[in-house]
Amino acid sequence: MTAVSTGSVLILGAASDMGRAIARRYAEAGRALILAARTPERLETDAADLRLRFKADVRTAAFDALDTAGHAAFLDGLGALPDTVVCVVGLLGDQGKSQRDAAVARRVIDTNLTGPASILGEAANRMEARGSGTIIGVSSVAGERGRASNYVYGAAKAGLTAFLSGLRNRLSRAGVQVITVKPGFVRTRMTEGMALPGALTAEPDEVARAVLAAQATGRDVIYVRPVWRLIMLVIRSLPEAVFKRTKL
Amino acid sequence: MKLSGWGRFPRVESRLVTARDQDDAVRAVAGGGPLIARGNGRAYGDAAIGPRTTLSLLGMDRMLGFDPDSGVLTCEAGVLLRDILGVFVPRGWFPPVTPGTKMVTVGGMIAADVHGKNHHAAGSFGDHVDSLDLLLADGRVVTCGPNRAPELFAATRGGMGLTGVILRASFRLIPVETGYIRQETLRADDLAGIMAMFEDSAGWTYSVAWIDCLAKGPRMGRSLLFRGEHARLDELPAAARARPLDVTLRRARTVPFDVPAIALNRLSVGAFNALYWRLGTPREELIDYDRFFYPLDSLLEWNRIYGRPGFTQYQCVLPLSTSADGLRALLSAIGAAGNASFLAVLKLFGRQDGLMSFPMEGYTLALDFPASTATLGLLLDLDAIVADHGGRLYLAKDARMGAALLRRGYPGLDGFQALRAAHGLAAVFRSVQSERLGL
Repeated sequence: MTAVSTGSVLILGAASDMGRAIARRYAEAGRALILAARTPERLETDAADLRLRFKADVRTAAFDALDTAGHAAFLDGLGALPDTVVCVVGLLGDQGKSQRDAAVARRVIDTNLTGPASILGEAANRMEARGSGTIIGVSSVAGERGRASNYVYGAAKAGLTAFLSGLRNRLSRAGVQVITVKPGFVRTRMTEGMALPGALTAEPDEVARAVLAAQATGRDVIYVRPVWRLIMLVIRSLPEAVFKRTKL
Repeated sequence: MKLSGWGRFPRVESRLVTARDQDDAVRAVAGGGPLIARGNGRAYGDAAIGPRTTLSLLGMDRMLGFDPDSGVLTCEAGVLLRDILGVFVPRGWFPPVTPGTKMVTVGGMIAADVHGKNHHAAGSFGDHVDSLDLLLADGRVVTCGPNRAPELFAATRGGMGLTGVILRASFRLIPVETGYIRQETLRADDLAGIMAMFEDSAGWTYSVAWIDCLAKGPRMGRSLLFRGEHARLDELPAAARARPLDVTLRRARTVPFDVPAIALNRLSVGAFNALYWRLGTPREELIDYDRFFYPLDSLLEWNRIYGRPGFTQYQCVLPLSTSADGLRALLSAIGAAGNASFLAVLKLFGRQDGLMSFPMEGYTLALDFPASTATLGLLLDLDAIVADHGGRLYLAKDARMGAALLRRGYPGLDGFQALRAAHGLAAVFRSVQSERLGL
């Protein structure tokens, strides 16, 4: 059982649809916010919105997930260590391009795994030393089994899922909560133009509500729409000999 | 994907693109169109469906600034009225004009130049807009308002998105002491009675009537008039005075009847209308603003009661001088056709200027019909009556009128088209509706 947090929330990837939705819900809950993204100027309208709607204490910060060398300094530069760090950084990429161009694949892997693991690892060390905090990583159901259509993205998310799992294992006795979020399909800029099945597709706000609920109730791993737990159970259970002939 | 308006008729294939910021909108417009901006899809017909591309502004939903001295709120076009109410009613502010649903966006309210129950006192929404940022076909963003590029502003309010993409707007909220409305209900026996009641109610801020459009003969036009004022603090019961702006306590509401269970035929609707009229005993009460302004919003997806084929709403306005005759002719035609209209609303508009704004001084009648061949035939008859009496139809609700009726009813049309041509807007900003109407 984890006490309901009240401290500040750092959102990495705050310009994304999920980041914006999560920021709104935390602001509504009265939490102070640090919105971080590569171009913080683009976060100013969101910050203004949160201040006006919720009278929230909001500031913005420049953060580049790929600049891992700068991650320690980024956290130290925030002043006080946030109570909660949410990482929504991600890049779906194009599987075809990733197959043809190793640099493209590398970028997908770095954005989904190397960068998040670096910044969350830095945050984890600081929270461990402090003895409190929550780390929330948005991973993906795509990390549960590699599929022909997006295995580079899936591999990176699999790595992130394992990283978060290990972090949770390590920090569970240190008073630091680690939550893995597997949203399934979400209607965002990333998926715009794709034909998404309505019953399986969440709105960004559903992800946000699930994140806050998971933190409040002390959940470890959440699927935003419960049906995904079942779907992924089936997909994970298929024997490889069968799975390799499927078109999932 | 297949897009439709709130009436679920028609459904049209269009590519839906979401703008999350100005750059997205600029990129979409740079594609050359034809496209139309879309808010929350509450226009009933095909006004917010692009013939090729539809640009959703729901991603641009940030409130940017508020000046508590003037009440001016600046926000992006995709902000929902629901959110404005949620944020600002507790702070003692209210939208200057509101349509009958709060599930609309600011951009949509300007594009349709929506009216409310206070049109006779406050005009339409566009009358309260100080300025707006409009994205034109060439990628320029122009700030316009009553005192800045006023021609562009005049064409944009009520212009159904055909002058460009509304990105942001600044408009004035009005101060309120409570979140409650002091409502009076009056009963009128016939058309002359309700028209007299409206004239007597000119001093009230809000007035609207529900009319039994199936009542015939001497009962034709029998109505219930609802008129209201924002309640002052000293008008609240003592218990509510501590938190006068908090109306969330009254969230749980039930509808007085089970809508989906009512088969929409002449008998059931006729019986319902008769009962409703009878139950509308003259009274005075305090109700929260949500119940007064948005009774249907509590029935989520109430548009589904008309089933798969969808429905169409018919809203016309007739000039004051012809209203009595015109309304009588409309009600006769509806009564004779026996085509049950579930919801019929009557309202007296005040004076209104504007190139393409719907309201004019006179009476407006709004009717819901299931989309069927019988309905479409009846609506053609109603069109003829409206045209003969110098009236016009509301573009935000229209899904089927012809170009001739539009031309007769909207004298500002030529000026509107000339402005669209002069700014190179006509080729880029088009909707399924504008193509149907030859706009």
